[in-house]
Amino acid sequence: METTDIPALPRGVRLHHDKVRDAWVLLAPERAVTLDPVGHAILTEVDGARSFGEITRALAERYNAPIEQIVNDSAGFLDALRDRRFLDVTA
Amino acid sequence: MKPPPPIAMLAELTHRCPLSCPYCSNPVELSRQDAELDTDTWARVFREAADLGVLQLHLSGGEPASRRDLVDLVAAAREAGLYTNLITSGIGLTEKRLAELDAAGLDHVQLSLQGTNPEMADEIGGYNGGFKRKMQVAGWIGKIGFPLTLNAVLHRRNLHQLPRALEMAQEMGARRIEVATVQFHGWALKNRDALMPTREQAKEATRIVTEARRRLKGTLVIDYVPADYHEDYPKRCMGGWGTSGLNVIPDGTVLPCHAAQSIPHLTFDRVQETSLSDIWYAGAAFNAYRGTEWMAEPCKSCDRKTIDFGGCRCQAMAIVGDASATDPVCIKSPHHGALQAQADAHASQDDAVLIYRTMPGKAAEPAQ
Repeated sequence: METTDIPALPRGVRLHHDKVRDAWVLLAPERAVTLDPVGHAILTEVDGARSFGEITRALAERYNAPIEQIVNDSAGFLDALRDRRFLDVTA
Repeated sequence: MKPPPPIAMLAELTHRCPLSCPYCSNPVELSRQDAELDTDTWARVFREAADLGVLQLHLSGGEPASRRDLVDLVAAAREAGLYTNLITSGIGLTEKRLAELDAAGLDHVQLSLQGTNPEMADEIGGYNGGFKRKMQVAGWIGKIGFPLTLNAVLHRRNLHQLPRALEMAQEMGARRIEVATVQFHGWALKNRDALMPTREQAKEATRIVTEARRRLKGTLVIDYVPADYHEDYPKRCMGGWGTSGLNVIPDGTVLPCHAAQSIPHLTFDRVQETSLSDIWYAGAAFNAYRGTEWMAEPCKSCDRKTIDFGGCRCQAMAIVGDASATDPVCIKSPHHGALQAQADAHASQDDAVLIYRTMPGKAAEPAQ
């Protein structure tokens, strides 16, 4: 994931609050991925408009965390979603 | 210990289908149209499922498009908060009906593929013109932009078409393909001589899938169901009995898996009489093979017992005659050697003819 990449959830992939398990999940074709608070925080910033750089800066500011750590965590998480076709990325 | 809530529900809306695939996973005793649940009852079942913890709803059949109320059912499922997937051959869907499904909130389409050309597909499906129609439907699905999974069902007659199926998935813009080797339950059990892959075919399919997964990473996700008679360890059937999914058949009977009625001593509840929650947590059939307590040796002391839960109960029933036996696919089963020999014998029946699925009062025409 590059700083200028713009991630977006494609059609058919959406965040859902699971009332029964009291957790956020990412619903995708024939899959439901339980999100931890970090994963949920990252995906709530993904709006299909802002770049990976902007998203990670916003997260670093909001959680008062070192930017390098946020970039590492977010890139790993989002790349894994992209490999599973749960995330579109445009340069 | 209380089992976890289910994640997925398969709703077999109808057993009617224009196709007659000889490997149909429906039971040999099919539900008749006049026994099918009505729209309001299905809508209630969807709400009960969501309240129970189901996230993913698979609308299947038979051919779900044979239900005239399909659009209403999708709307009801979305209103209940379920991720809604349509499992279809495409027959019975028009461009107009797909637009209505889009407006109703359908999340995803899984399109079955019986073969990669009309000759193969129409012979296997037993429906002339089916392939041509399916390609037209795939075009409309792409035009609307539904996320698409292609489901290629493979067996001895068409396994050589696997590379082309992978290309077709990409041409259709599918994000996923299921490469599903026929599992021998329901009608398929009658067709083992005609459909059993050879050992070499099974190996070649695994090689092609492994190579394609590497090459198409990030482009096409490949889910693979291998030819399990030729494997050394059984499949983790249903993710473990009564742990993640349930199946409601057209007449409202609730099953732990689509073939569970092949286990004669099990009794099943129906949504007309019992809530889905009571069926899931307290139903006799759901508790019959949950966890590991029911196991005998060699499963009982096996370090894989919570990996595959002893494999498929229906397969143990069908082949060994005992639903609590180790799935004979397993190399630790005393029946493993016999099963492998049986698989090779089925696979060598070059002249075997296809026995098509037939149903009482068959409705051959699509709904629209």
